[in-house]
Amino acid sequence: MTKKMFKNYMVNFAVVSIIFVILSLMMSGGILSKYYQGIIIFILINIILASSLNLVTGFLGQLTLGHAGFMAVGAYASALTSIVLKSIISDLPLLLVSLFVGGVSAGVVGIIIGIPALRLRGDYLAIITLGFGEVIRVIINNIEITGGAQGLTGIPRIASFKYAYWIAVVVILVLYRLTHSKQGRAIKSIREDEVAAEAVGVRTTYYKVLGFAIAAAFAGVGGGLYAHYIAFLDPNTFNFMRSVEILVIVVLGGMGSLTGTIVAATILTILPEALRGFAEFRMLLYSFMLILMMLFRPQGLFGTGEFKWQGIYDRTLKLRKALMNREKKEAVDGSTRGE
Amino acid sequence: MALLEASNISIQFGGLKAVDQFNLQVNDNELVGLIGPNGAGKTTIFNMLTGVYLPSGGDIVLDGKSIVGKKPYEIVKMGASRTFQNIRLFKELTVLDNIKIAYHHDLHYSTLSSILRLPSYWKYEKIAQESCLEFLDLFDMRDYAETLAKNLPYGKQRKLEIARALATKPKILMLDEPAAGMNPHETQELMETISLIRKNFNIAILLIEHDMSLVMGICEKIVVLDYGRVIAEGTAEETKNNKDVIRVYLGE
Amino acid sequence: MMAITAIIFHLCITGMLIHTIERIGGSCLILFLQQLINGLSVGSIYALIALGYTMVYGIIKLINFAHGEIMMAGAYIAFLLAVNTNLPFVFVLVIAMVLSAVIGVVVEIIAYRPLRKAPRISVLITAIGVSFFLQNLALVLFKADPKIMPELINKSPITIGPLQVGTVTLTTLFLSIIFMIALDLFVKRTKPGKAMRAVSEDKEASILMGINVNRTISMTFAIGSALGALGGVLYAVMYTQVFPTLGVLPGLKAFVAAVFGGIGLIPGAVLGGFVIGMIETFTKAYLSTQWSDAIVFGLLIIVLLVKPTGILGKNQKEKV
Repeated sequence: MTKKMFKNYMVNFAVVSIIFVILSLMMSGGILSKYYQGIIIFILINIILASSLNLVTGFLGQLTLGHAGFMAVGAYASALTSIVLKSIISDLPLLLVSLFVGGVSAGVVGIIIGIPALRLRGDYLAIITLGFGEVIRVIINNIEITGGAQGLTGIPRIASFKYAYWIAVVVILVLYRLTHSKQGRAIKSIREDEVAAEAVGVRTTYYKVLGFAIAAAFAGVGGGLYAHYIAFLDPNTFNFMRSVEILVIVVLGGMGSLTGTIVAATILTILPEALRGFAEFRMLLYSFMLILMMLFRPQGLFGTGEFKWQGIYDRTLKLRKALMNREKKEAVDGSTRGE
Repeated sequence: MALLEASNISIQFGGLKAVDQFNLQVNDNELVGLIGPNGAGKTTIFNMLTGVYLPSGGDIVLDGKSIVGKKPYEIVKMGASRTFQNIRLFKELTVLDNIKIAYHHDLHYSTLSSILRLPSYWKYEKIAQESCLEFLDLFDMRDYAETLAKNLPYGKQRKLEIARALATKPKILMLDEPAAGMNPHETQELMETISLIRKNFNIAILLIEHDMSLVMGICEKIVVLDYGRVIAEGTAEETKNNKDVIRVYLGE
Repeated sequence: MMAITAIIFHLCITGMLIHTIERIGGSCLILFLQQLINGLSVGSIYALIALGYTMVYGIIKLINFAHGEIMMAGAYIAFLLAVNTNLPFVFVLVIAMVLSAVIGVVVEIIAYRPLRKAPRISVLITAIGVSFFLQNLALVLFKADPKIMPELINKSPITIGPLQVGTVTLTTLFLSIIFMIALDLFVKRTKPGKAMRAVSEDKEASILMGINVNRTISMTFAIGSALGALGGVLYAVMYTQVFPTLGVLPGLKAFVAAVFGGIGLIPGAVLGGFVIGMIETFTKAYLSTQWSDAIVFGLLIIVLLVKPTGILGKNQKEKV
């Protein structure tokens, strides 16, 4: 690890910790009511869901429309685990164990679906994942163990802000590290040109399934958090529209930008809540703004770039230089005009 | 024994015999040119040799092992790599990353070590960084290391594609019309790159070209293809005077 | 058009069978035939909607998620006309189709055209945005509770031998087939129809041939939307309800139908629509209502895995 990288890590860690401390203090001090706490937890869940989808859609370049299906698998698997175990173990280990089970189950389903589905490309992949997502939902709706259409109750409400926050941090960290490694390069090469990737020795099928499975697993973790915050599961929350909402976050944030996903997840979770004052016009405005955002920023807020503190530093330096140059130039202009 | 030997390979699309009973031998360190007019089946042969298409008959042996039915990435690992007629780079990635992706096989660390940033990750990433930069040095492209591939000028894009193919450490390099779309200056640069490769790497090169004059100057052996069949084979002098070749290229 | 001949063939067989039943009088068979006709008429609605998906996909490679909402708009327009005026059914239908075509074209010009050169996924998200927008607009204008669609068509069933077939069912089937034949003739025989096919084949070459690509795309949206609206009105009449999310489920099923038959192919959409309609009706009648969606989507998955380009699609090899 170079000194610069170490410094970057420390800065990021400090920022993440400070945000956590501020939010915690605001919550315990009563500045953020239960309602706002709920929104923040939803933001965190959406960050997990969307950043995992970004791995597939943004980094791997494969459009999928069934992410809610993996979220559902994770939500139900983890909820069922914690229902069974809740009398035996205490909150934190219970949450971790059930999220682990949720993540692994969703990951396994991801592999099972990914192997046949990832042979398809482009829109066909999007459609087949849509199909799988819907099949998962209908199955959950019709079997007994999940509570069927009546929903699943009795899930312990143990996903508090602090747990959700650090889990989201870990998910982002893992995804960041994965995308900045040889595996990440292989994954990005598939997005850029699958034929060329294969021609330089990248095992494309392996990396596609790997990316898909990891994304599914994290979607499962997100679903697990959701289950343990809402404490009730209705299969129809995991419909096609849910998958679309996650995809919207990814595209708006910028495909291949994890920081973009974080920002977009925050905006798009707050937006409908902030528009509550408009009563029935709320969702109308929301969708209108969505269209506007796409029309004016089709590549997403962040494109494929990541936000970096170093970047701000460089930019201010550049700005200062530019300003100084302008002053100089103005001075020169002024003098020439004077002649 | 030849390094690469294709014997009687054929392929058809629909009813059309695109390549018919094609034979080819490339020896170690040899530079072989595969020429022929447009639509003669040159690229199709490349696609069979690199595992993109499966030949409907015949056998291809690379370094003593048959590669028929193997996936393209397996064939790369066995020692054959290629470039494409219409340059296929990882456009939104940097020049250095393009090379690093091809260098993939020599980086032995697992997904877990990249997530946990285990020592093996740091060790091999350091190796990757250093060797790939050295590699770029060799092609005089170190200054472009952090440039996005799509922002390179055309000639440099081709050079990067060739460098990337070489980074997989092949025994044979296959170039699919590398001079296509180049101006004389860029073609000159390409020729320099090819002689650089011959000097620094101990590998065979199979070159598809549509332009005879380019091939004549540098190839030791030339195979002339027309309508999916070999019509002449030999040194530059021999093929130049072959009456079938003259007919195909100049008309009767 | 293969699919249509197939359907007509089906109907002929049905007609012949009816005579046989009269003699046998098996109630099982009657139920089966009644389901068959229901399946055909539901299928014809899916086919109408699927046509819009497939035509738009064919021409600009966009999965137009807002298409289900155009269908919903058509149903609401018909509802408003039926409640507020005394216009006969035919006029209601025509006005609904024309207005929906206008909505479709306006959506294309405002929301999709500026993104013609943008990444395809951005256009997809915009389409989703438009779909949300139209749904919520309907929610604001008409509120969430379903409105009862007035009886636009005389409900009294027609009796053919032992079979009782609803007028709505027959009208639906009849109108759908008429419009499908008309579309087929339009696309194959007329100049604008040929322009449409040319643009979906190769946009650049069409520009060189002097085809006004933007106008052709608008026309495609107009036709697709009008057919979608027709489907919407018939759907609302059949289920006697209109509500803001009316277009979501049939939209999704019709989309599945379009993919099933081969997305981008007009005969594919018709075939897919009928197949999905039949499968849905029969699984609901004989297997299970709850699982019918899973079967429809399961079938979609199988078709995509076996032949991703759909039943009528051609497999294409990527050029290297």
